[in-house]
Amino acid sequence: MSTLLIEQILNGLQYGAMLFLLASGLTLIFGIMGVINLTHGSFYMVGAFCAAYAATATGSFAAAVLAALVGAGLYGLVMELVVIRRLYARDHLDQVLATFGMILFTNELVSVVFGRTPPFMDIPSFLTGTVALLPGLSYPVVRLAFILVGAVVAVGLWLLITRTRIGMLIRAGADDRAMVDALGVDIRRLFSLVFALGAVLCGLAGVMTAPLLAVEIGMGERILITTFVVIVVGGVGSVRGAAVGALIVGMIDSLGRAYIPITLYELLPPEIASTLAAGLVSASIYVAMAAILLVRPRGLLPARG
Amino acid sequence: MRTRITAFTLGLTAATALSGVLLAAPADAADPLRIGFITTLSTPAGYIGEDERDGFKLAITQEDGKLGGVPVELVVEDDALKPANAKQIAERMTGEGIRLFTGVNFSNVISAVAPTVLKTGAFYVSLNPGPSVFAGGGCSPNYFVASYQNDNFHEAGGLAANELGYKKVVILAPNYQAGRDALEGFKRTYKGQVVSEIYTKLDQTDFSVELARIRSAAPDAIYQFHPGGAGINFAKQYANSGLAKEIPMVLPVFSMDARMMAATGDAAEGYYIASNWSAGLDNPANKDFVAAFEKTYGRKPTIYAAQAYDTAKLIASGLDKVDGDIEKQDAFRAALKAADFTSVRGSFAFGQNQHPILDWYLMRVERGADGQLAQTVVRKVATAMQDAYAAECKM
Repeated sequence: MSTLLIEQILNGLQYGAMLFLLASGLTLIFGIMGVINLTHGSFYMVGAFCAAYAATATGSFAAAVLAALVGAGLYGLVMELVVIRRLYARDHLDQVLATFGMILFTNELVSVVFGRTPPFMDIPSFLTGTVALLPGLSYPVVRLAFILVGAVVAVGLWLLITRTRIGMLIRAGADDRAMVDALGVDIRRLFSLVFALGAVLCGLAGVMTAPLLAVEIGMGERILITTFVVIVVGGVGSVRGAAVGALIVGMIDSLGRAYIPITLYELLPPEIASTLAAGLVSASIYVAMAAILLVRPRGLLPARG
Repeated sequence: MRTRITAFTLGLTAATALSGVLLAAPADAADPLRIGFITTLSTPAGYIGEDERDGFKLAITQEDGKLGGVPVELVVEDDALKPANAKQIAERMTGEGIRLFTGVNFSNVISAVAPTVLKTGAFYVSLNPGPSVFAGGGCSPNYFVASYQNDNFHEAGGLAANELGYKKVVILAPNYQAGRDALEGFKRTYKGQVVSEIYTKLDQTDFSVELARIRSAAPDAIYQFHPGGAGINFAKQYANSGLAKEIPMVLPVFSMDARMMAATGDAAEGYYIASNWSAGLDNPANKDFVAAFEKTYGRKPTIYAAQAYDTAKLIASGLDKVDGDIEKQDAFRAALKAADFTSVRGSFAFGQNQHPILDWYLMRVERGADGQLAQTVVRKVATAMQDAYAAECKM
């Protein structure tokens, strides 16, 4: 029983790490630029497709990483210059409509470029297999690597935001965009940069999930809502908030999916237990979000005081 | 003024003549019989509809645009996996006078299309889903299923698990109608003990939690039904977690069709599959079909393509006997029911509910002589199996 618990905690950390990669970019874009960007999940899909395509073509994992980061980053940058840039001054409904349209556009584009057959990517040989962490508990190496990358990115972003000039401008931009603009900083270029950074982080999540999960059209939409839950729980615009939110949501999801059904199956017949458990598991992160928002309406660690 | 009137009259005459030609066209004897083909071509499941369309078209191409000597035209439309879309398309097509339909891939879509088509007195021949609602009390004279009855697949899965000697299993499926039916079908024939019945979410992609639960239950084997992307994920994660080495997996072919096998890579090797067809199934009709499909499209056919090809051949046998006049309904119905064609699946016959009676096989994913993964037949697990609902059909 205890190994199941430890395994689920690791699963929660791993899921949290992936959510963090997606949420950190989304929260910066939302917090600083005030843009509700539904296309964020599409960058993740673009990254995964680029990675799988490059891995198949070259057989090299390094090439896959490069393709995912460059592909997602470039696509994000182009999207910012062509579409998003025109939305800063518009209201949120326009932003939602336009970026939702871009989801449909991106899905079509990806299926035109890469075809409808989902490309396949092998787990690179140095990440295959499992390691024995404890007697009776072995855990896949690739999932451990996932947790590690999430941690490294979290530290890296923290350093970027607290220790560099760009980070200072990002923080200032999140607090008062007009003031930063008035001080003579090219806020448009800063926005483009942040947007591309967010897309690159999505690409990183894409290259990591490509070998583990199926690469398919529409994979971004599924994760997007959970990502929004993460940034709302953590506090919009705050990278620390995104990290905390990602961990909380990851843990609730993993532990809930393991223990809610096990508990209910002992009490009820399988048909009823399964339906009830599925409902409770799906609802759990939203219930947690509602509870947190009751106590802290702006999230746990909001960016603006 | 006069010239204007002349011009007007001339134009009118020309228009009348033209529309006369257009109106005359449908009465032409050489006009092909139109077949409505509503299937899923977009969404991640789009490859399934492509294979079905291509398998069906192959049979038409082989006869130079005819089926059973009757010129046909395939009218293909995408339902985007939405029953409401499909129903609308079906209504439009019946309005345009189409009297013969096939193509739908999903059980929830066929539940919308089949009644719409049948109430106009047209024919529907299914090339994939065979939901239980239309197999028993809800059977219908103009409704044929050329593929299989849904439950049969998982009953064959249960038989396969028996044959392999597994005493306790964990079974998994997504929590929706077809998933619950799948596990019911499996339990109907499986003789051992089901230690845990796990329902996943329909759109789930990460199965780490379920894998941990399987590990702690330590069964002899697992049986899982996850079609499409979820099935690829499951197989890959199962292999990578090390469980594949300890606990064998039995699955219906939808959880591991030829395209998914290509996408899953080495992870699929060694898995057991219950199916009524594979590319390697040893009969002359199948060898010809596989060779022709690969030559025409440059890829391996899936079971979906094979079933679509069989459906086209069945329709051809029916059209042949009535010379393409499907308004002779009784004769056409009897001709279809005779199933006078050579199936790529070997034996084929209709039960009284117009669902097929087929042989079922246990297969194993192995590397063939060409180094490619293939589904190799281990043994037959059921001969001429009929579905559990046939007796309820009064026809």
